[in-house]
Amino acid sequence: MDGFVPLNHYLLLSATLFVIGVLGVLLRRNVIVVFMSVEIMLNAVNISLIAFDHYLNNSDGQVFSFMVMCVAAAEVSVGLAIIIAMFRNKPTVNLDEFNILKW
Amino acid sequence: MELLIFYPLAGFCVVMALGVIVSSSPINSAISLIAMMLGLAGVFVLQQAHFLAILQVIVYAGAIMVLFMFVIMLLNLKSAEEDTWSIRPQNTYVSVLTGFLALGALYKIACVIGQAELNSPAAVPDDFGTVVRIGTTLFTDFVLPFEVASILLLAAMVGAVVLAKNKID
Repeated sequence: MDGFVPLNHYLLLSATLFVIGVLGVLLRRNVIVVFMSVEIMLNAVNISLIAFDHYLNNSDGQVFSFMVMCVAAAEVSVGLAIIIAMFRNKPTVNLDEFNILKW
Repeated sequence: MELLIFYPLAGFCVVMALGVIVSSSPINSAISLIAMMLGLAGVFVLQQAHFLAILQVIVYAGAIMVLFMFVIMLLNLKSAEEDTWSIRPQNTYVSVLTGFLALGALYKIACVIGQAELNSPAAVPDDFGTVVRIGTTLFTDFVLPFEVASILLLAAMVGAVVLAKNKID
């Protein structure tokens, strides 16, 4: 088949997006942007799962990525609730301000 | 032909992901993230995972990002904070070093992946990525994870309601 996208390209896209997410978590201080970077990383893993699934002609990877979406939805709802609760105590979204648990 | 569709789509996804990281206003980040997720749905379609592509649009770009937007609006964040890129002073060296390490890891991964011989895929059958096939797998081999996921979602729902309630004491 001519012009078929090889597995390498999908893996490279996945790795690139994952590293972008890691950089976002490391370098940004806004708690919401950090949270979005976590979502980027989850999506990058989904690309890998589906690419291998397509490569091996299987269905398990798609079920895994379904589960990843499930966990992401749960994580986002609880995480944003925590952010709102923290914002109520201290009106800021800068992660460096939340050091009250540090001894 | 597929490559001609894949490259612009992948480039679009990467640019939008960078937009999430770079833009100073959270609302711009959220819109870039929506665009990235729609692009990834296109990538899934290219891989013939149609059900996952629809799910990506509905769950991620629909539900999750609406939640993000809602919280950003609720918190009423200032659009341009001047300390967007400020790193904790004690952690400057650690952050910069880790950033370089992550980029180096990406370079190394690109080298390894570029050399791999992975270009002989199995023939894709017609029912790949359809609801029927994924549903059959989900309800035969993965019944227990499916039920556990339902409990997880219930716990998350209750937890979100309890956490975001008015009084925490």
